Formats: sequence, C-alpha cells, structure tokens
Amino acid sequence: MTHPDREPSVSSIPDAPTPTPEPPPVSTQGTRPAKDRAGRAFAGLSTGAGALILLVLAAVAGFLLLEAWPAIQAPAEELAKISWIPDDGSLARYVGPLVFGTLLGAVLALLLAVPVALGIALFISHYAPRRLASALGYVVDLLAAIPSVIYGLWGGLWLAPRVQPLWDWLGANLGFIPLFEGPAATPPRVMMTVGVVLAVMILPIITAVSREVFLQTPRLHEEAALALGATRWEMVRMAVLPFGRSGVISASMLGLGRALGETMAVLMILSPGLTYSFALLAAGRHQTIAANIALQFPEASPLGVSALIATGLALFVITLLVNMAARWVVARRADFSGAN
Amino acid sequence: MAQRIDVTDLNVYYGSFLAVADVSMMIEPRSVTALIGPSGCGKSTFLRTLNRMHEVIPGARVEGKVTMDGVDLYDQAVDPVAVRRQIGMVFQRPNPFPTMSIAENVLAGVRLNNRRISKSDAADLVERSLHGANLWKEVKDRLDRPGSSLSGGQQQRLCIARAIAVRPQILLMDEPASALDPISTLAIEDLIHELKNDYTIVIVTHNMQQAARVSDRTAFFNVSATGEPGRLVEMDDTRTMFSTPSVQATEDYISGRFG
Repeated sequence: MTHPDREPSVSSIPDAPTPTPEPPPVSTQGTRPAKDRAGRAFAGLSTGAGALILLVLAAVAGFLLLEAWPAIQAPAEELAKISWIPDDGSLARYVGPLVFGTLLGAVLALLLAVPVALGIALFISHYAPRRLASALGYVVDLLAAIPSVIYGLWGGLWLAPRVQPLWDWLGANLGFIPLFEGPAATPPRVMMTVGVVLAVMILPIITAVSREVFLQTPRLHEEAALALGATRWEMVRMAVLPFGRSGVISASMLGLGRALGETMAVLMILSPGLTYSFALLAAGRHQTIAANIALQFPEASPLGVSALIATGLALFVITLLVNMAARWVVARRADFSGAN
Repeated sequence: MAQRIDVTDLNVYYGSFLAVADVSMMIEPRSVTALIGPSGCGKSTFLRTLNRMHEVIPGARVEGKVTMDGVDLYDQAVDPVAVRRQIGMVFQRPNPFPTMSIAENVLAGVRLNNRRISKSDAADLVERSLHGANLWKEVKDRLDRPGSSLSGGQQQRLCIARAIAVRPQILLMDEPASALDPISTLAIEDLIHELKNDYTIVIVTHNMQQAARVSDRTAFFNVSATGEPGRLVEMDDTRTMFSTPSVQATEDYISGRFG
C-alpha cells in the first residue's frame, strides 16, 4: 500500500499512508456511476444485438412475403405465360418438385456427412495423439474456408468423371433399390454427385462443432465409465456420445442449413429437372430451390422474379421448420441432458 | 468376493516426475483401509494405481508390484480394463451418467460385461444394488428418472450402487464424502460399515474423524516439499495410529499441527 512507486488508483484512498488499511469503498460517488454506465452500456449493446437478429429475420421474412405476393395471387393464365412454369400455371406444382429436390439433396448430404464427421471428431477428441489431432483439426477447418464455386468446379470437373464407374456399378448391381435405379447417367451430373459434394462442404462445420462438444465431456463422466471397466470405445458410447448428443444435432442442423441453401455447387454440377423422383443416379430429374433461383433469375420477367421469390419463401419456411424440429428433438430429453 | 492386495516397492511417475515413492503395504480383505495425509502427498495417485486408473493420464506409469490374491495387476498379460472390472471406484464428486436413468446407471457396468441380461434379472440386480447402497427406499418409485435428479448424497450412493452392481473384489473410494453435507456424509459412512462385510475397501479422506470412524487400518502419507515424491510414513491399526503413532509427523498431522 505504501510502496512509493505505485500510486493508488482509487481516489478514495487518503494521501497519507495510515497503519491500518482503509476498508474498500462500498458505494462512493466517485466510482459507482462510471461502473453503472459501463454496465448499462453493455446491457444495452447485448440487448440491441439480440433485437437486431430478430429485426433482420423479420425484414427478410417481410421482403420474401411482400415480393412473393404478386406471384402467389396471380391468376393461373398469367403464370402459365412464364416459360418454366407448368402449363396449367400452378405455382404449387412448380414449387413442389423444387422443395423435394432441395430436401433430397440436403438429406443425402447429411446422411453421407454425419457419420464421417462424427468419426473424424471422435478421432480428434479421443483417439489421436495430441499433435496429430491439432493438425487434423486445422485441416478440417481449412475445408470450410474453400468457396463453394471451387467446390462446384471440383465436383463437376474432377469428381464427376471419377465417381462415374462407382455410380455405374451401383446402378447395375443395386438398381433394384429405387434410389439407385439404373442405368447411371453419363456424365454423372446427378443428385448423387451433388450429395457427395454437399457432404464434403458441410463436413467441416459438423466436425468442428462436434469435436468441440466431445472435448467438453466432463472428465468425471469419462472416468466413471473407465472405472467400471469400459474400453475406450465403450467409454465413448457411455459418456461422450450421450453428452454430445444435443451438440451433434445442432451441428448437423448447421450443416443441413448450409446444404439446403447451397447454390453455386449445385448449379454447376446438377443437370436440372422438375420431378418427384428418388432416382439419385438419373440426370434431369431434380433441382434445388437455391440453384433454380440463380439459374432463372437473370432472364426472369417481373412476375417470374416474384415466382422465384415465392420459391425462396418456401426455402425459408423449410429452414425454420427444420430448426424447430431440431429444437424439439433436443428438448424432448432435456431432463437427461446433464444440464440440471 | 473380497481379496487382499499386496503392494511392494511401488513408484508412480507422471512422465519423468516421481509422484509417489517406495510404497509397500498390505491391505486385508474385508477391512477398511484409510489413506490420510496433506494435499499433494500422493494418496489419491496411489489409490488410482490400485485399479490402474492413473493410466488414464498420459505419461503416467509405475514401477514395483501390486498383486491381488497373488495376481500381478501390472503383468504384461493383464488388461487394465479387466482390472477395473474387478476393482470398483467411487470418486470425489458424484458422477452418475446424466443421460441415463437411475436404473440404467446401476446397470451401466453390468451391461459392459454382459449385454444380455433378462428384464427380471436386471430389475433384481437394480433393487439389490440400491438396497446395498441404502438408496432403494428413496428412489424405488422413480427408477426411470435421470440420475442427476437426485441430491448430491443420493447421487454418491447411486455411484456406490453402480460400483457394487458388478460385484467387484475391492472398492476404492477417493474422498467419497468431501462434496457432501454432514447428513449425507453420515449415510455414506454407515454404508461403508455395511459394505466391509463383503468388500475390501480403501478410502482416501481429508477428514481425520472420518478416518477414525470408518477404518480398521490407517496409512499416513506425507511429502517433504513440493516437487518431492510423496511417501508412506507409517501404517497401523487405526486405533493405534490415532492414539500412539510411532512417528512424530503422524502425530503432528493427526493432532492438527500441520496439513
């Protein structure tokens, strides 16, 4: 206290050093308002940030509704004049296959990516030696930094010729399953190829989030499993996976969100078509909402633009529903989450 | 059920750091052995070498011999996983699996050993283990609730039920009551009294009265300075240790003069 070099910074300490230290000021005029102001400013900032996100969401939803409205209530004969809308001028019949294609591609990507992502995440968090783990984590994060147009080029030019034999084989040997109905299209500008590319694109985000969640597993729970005589894999199954379950679901939803909205890669790879077909290896059967907007937008009439925005509205609703479903899944077993 | 443990010239290392040096002791079957000593003296580390749980920490290794009924636990051919199935452990803080129900928690270890257990056998085992841990009456109507819905003391008894459900030879307890209130502590101590009829128990405790109350034998560990290895100072019948210990440091520690 009486060290000559160190000036006390709090103004309430008297100049002359006293033998007994002064009790800290509880509430003096000097410090309190300043602290209060900082606290209030922070509270205001964080509340503002929270409100902003709602505002942006509302603005997007409002824009979509407003701009889609003309197409939604346009008479069928007007819509039928647009070349890419079905002849009966039904907007629903136009949006339906697009919604189907979008969901199909995204779900396929998720099915392919989640098991691999979980494997990588577990390897990094619980199996790999520390140096390898951090190097691998870094590489996975790098995957996320590649722009989607590059993925599109890679998928179309490099991957497609290389998966062709595999798709041919699937079509020839597993063709009895509707998903793999053959023969596979050549070149393979098909949903299956898109699914693989989308899976690679969403792999990093799912891996990164899952890895972080797995690393958070309380040591206590891991030791509880080990002390019962669990092997490492049994420990992962007893302690790590249940603990990380909600985090993995959130991670998958982030990935799904990206897959649902991915535009460029799909546009560059997929040969489009508007049908409700599960044939993943056939060309000209599917299209996704986002890729379709990008494809049709440049030459669309005002009513056409409105119709495209209506499809965008559908995508927006799908994304909301998917996220709500994920919330519901997570909340269903909240009692058992370990958060209580 | 209960078996004896012989420890001979045990050194425990974390990497190149010698944490515990030259421990030799004999642990009698169907008895409670308390390990006491100041923080950092290596008693928890020593406890964990008895079921090879220290190996969970990278770089940890031992020299010397630990035998359970003549079988060297550190023999090349012995799988640490098998050791831990024989020697149960209860931790300082209650750690039931939060994603499992009370009944599932009790069965967790059993399911590792033997996946196929009939429903009625499982129900029997749950009841028997929870009875064994003095918890049955309190939870019998909510076996499907999460384990984390219980109070701290109940959770700790659930962990004991989980440990004894696999019928281990030996039960290790690392300060099992240090995070609990006095009433829960008493419940755990009563339970230890009953468990020693069937199990060999080794308990680490910071609470001298607890060691005096629950144990038959007491081992005092000490460390001369930080960075030095912890050593076993002496081990004797608990009554002797708390009345006429043969080493001055023991008396100083027990009477509260340091530590």
